[in-house]
Amino acid sequence: MLHTVNKSSFERNSLQSCLNIIDDTSVILFIEDGVINAANNSKSSMIADLAAAGRVFALQGDVEARGISSKLADNIKLVDYAGFVDLVVEHGTAVSWV
Amino acid sequence: MKFAIQVNEGPYQHQASDTAFQFAKAAIENGHEIMRVFFYHDGVNNASSFTLPPQDDRHVVNNWASLNIKDADGEPELVVCVAAALRRGMLDESEANKNSIVGNNLHPAFRISGLGQLIEAGIQSDRLVVFGD
Repeated sequence: MLHTVNKSSFERNSLQSCLNIIDDTSVILFIEDGVINAANNSKSSMIADLAAAGRVFALQGDVEARGISSKLADNIKLVDYAGFVDLVVEHGTAVSWV
Repeated sequence: MKFAIQVNEGPYQHQASDTAFQFAKAAIENGHEIMRVFFYHDGVNNASSFTLPPQDDRHVVNNWASLNIKDADGEPELVVCVAAALRRGMLDESEANKNSIVGNNLHPAFRISGLGQLIEAGIQSDRLVVFGD
């Protein structure tokens, strides 16, 4: 399953809601303001283990638009829109946490 | 693969419709099919033919139209929820006439239909991706 998160956890608790129910095979993609969760000075400890397992992605254009390219937490994988499409294809059901 | 997309937010107020458009464009460019885009809630504002952004800004409505998403008979598969559209003043010619309202503003690349079209898209597509706020 693919979980997209489009809000910073400073704004809403949608990332926490996602982490509460995520299973062992699912991946997370941060889009829009959700990429704030991929910065190394945010509450990234919540996702550090998932990122280390290669299961956390962020949309590159949104990361660059928010000026956090040099501040990304370890092991976050960047994808473009084609990569977003590939993640949806590979991981079946896409859940949008808003 | 056959995709369906749901857009819940209007243009120029939230990034959702831009993200949805970029996703749809990338899917088509990579050989996938977008069988339907369903515009719900404020997402119906993506279909207004009266949209006139400044020249140096993206034209979200024309962007959607440029994807040329149609069924086998050439009918638009950019589908606008009828209840959400009417309460926001988004009308095609038929709805305007039916309600004795002068003028209409549904871009011809879109069509108005019901919520059943969203359910059908969820059943008939391989993947349904939702973009909202």
